[in-house]
Amino acid sequence: MKIPVCRLADLPRGEAFRLELDPPVSVFHTDDGEVFAIDDTCTHQDASLADGWLEGCEVECPLHASKFDLRTGAVDSPPAKLPVRTHQVLVEDGMIYVEPSEAAPNLPPCVGARLAGGAGGPA
Amino acid sequence: MRTVAVVGASLAGLSAARCLRKQGFDGRLILIGDEPHRPYDRPPLSKEFLAGTMDESALSLEADGEDLGAEWLLGMRATGFDRDERLVRLADGSAVRADGFVIATGAAARTLPGAEGLAGVHTLRTLDDARALRDDLARGGRLVVIGGGFIGAEVASTAYALGLEVTVVEVAPTPLAGPLGHEMGTVVSSLHADHGVRLLCGVGVKGLTGAERVEAVLLEDGSSLPADTVVVGVGARPNTEWLHGSGIALDNGVTCGQDGRTSVAGVVAVGDCANWYDPAAGQHRRVEHWTGALERPAAAVATLLSGGAAEPGPVRPPYFWSDQYGVKIQFAGHAAAADSVTVEEGSADDRSLLAVYRRAGDPVAVLGMNQPRLFMRWRKQLAQASAQASALASAVARS
Repeated sequence: MKIPVCRLADLPRGEAFRLELDPPVSVFHTDDGEVFAIDDTCTHQDASLADGWLEGCEVECPLHASKFDLRTGAVDSPPAKLPVRTHQVLVEDGMIYVEPSEAAPNLPPCVGARLAGGAGGPA
Repeated sequence: MRTVAVVGASLAGLSAARCLRKQGFDGRLILIGDEPHRPYDRPPLSKEFLAGTMDESALSLEADGEDLGAEWLLGMRATGFDRDERLVRLADGSAVRADGFVIATGAAARTLPGAEGLAGVHTLRTLDDARALRDDLARGGRLVVIGGGFIGAEVASTAYALGLEVTVVEVAPTPLAGPLGHEMGTVVSSLHADHGVRLLCGVGVKGLTGAERVEAVLLEDGSSLPADTVVVGVGARPNTEWLHGSGIALDNGVTCGQDGRTSVAGVVAVGDCANWYDPAAGQHRRVEHWTGALERPAAAVATLLSGGAAEPGPVRPPYFWSDQYGVKIQFAGHAAAADSVTVEEGSADDRSLLAVYRRAGDPVAVLGMNQPRLFMRWRKQLAQASAQASALASAVARS
């Protein structure tokens, strides 16, 4: 499944676009001109990584200090301990598309419970 | 350098150990911690953990399967440092000899004189403190929080959500005036009244009454607040008594350069116990923030491994957050340096705002309440300005 995001020209370098999927995905255009997509929700708490601090190929969560590698999803500092899910990005004719991953997301406990209807733990 | 001892096994000590391995140190690594626990995260102790919505295993700071190849001496307090023998003395009479040392012994909660031995009276700093307080809060009833700072406010917020009747007593006319300034301290502390938590300001505590268990808090104005549980949140003091007479210079913690070096070669200090020099401000500042304990060890470890030759990178402006009554509070920079503060977005009445602190027109700090996106933009801008200022200060110092 290929989901259109926005035109590459409409996403300046250093900016992020939040795609309202469930769970949401954020698409980053780095200062070096690369485009990456990861789950938008920090794996530690409910925070939007699209609001985070983008530097090189890393984004720092806007609430605490965990940094995620946009290429691999790996987390390099606490308080988060789990990686974020990454998604395939395609740019065709100036348009950005995301192909959502089929792996299970690592959502923080509060968000995981909400998506599971308020009953379960993280999905 | 063949052996490095890290004294302190909380966030700053663990971060230092990680940085040592990341920066190529492959020698013997020893971590010494006075608590019996593996490194754990303290911010949730006054919030989710205290509320019972987060369990103990989630507090761990170590990743599953993480192995730093370190020797852990836990439940072992450091009692002295010998600079000539290059060793740390421990409470059981043993000693650890090393070539390099990272001091990360943190800070301890200040207590109230006369509160010792009275059941129901708590401070909150450690996991054991949090367990004990959680058990007492589960009894319900009346909680009196002494101190309207961040720990006190977060405990009040959590206890309110648990259904207790909460009163906060603050000796200063405005809570949080130190970290946030008077104007914004008033705005943030008004969250208490919004939720029916009583806030008494400008009144000191005379003492506590009760035989075995606390019964009331006596105030300087002669009144008395009945209490089933009392939390004393009146700040922390650096854990540096063990270094007295060691030759390591101390002044409000371990006196450090802008790269974490102490007055003794081969010894660096990080975290709440370390009073680092801030070149942009031209003075030492002991910063008790979680993010400082996470980020500064990288510079200190580079200093240690290079024998002081590493050029210190720019240190980001101090950043902290607090969660109270469902409001995300974020702050970066130094409020004390400001001569003005303006709300640039949102409003105090809505408890959702972004406020910028300026000195002679230049931004020096920023406060956000439920504004993470805008706050991050300002915080980034502040960091860039601060990096330029410290580069300028270093250039001037070298010339």
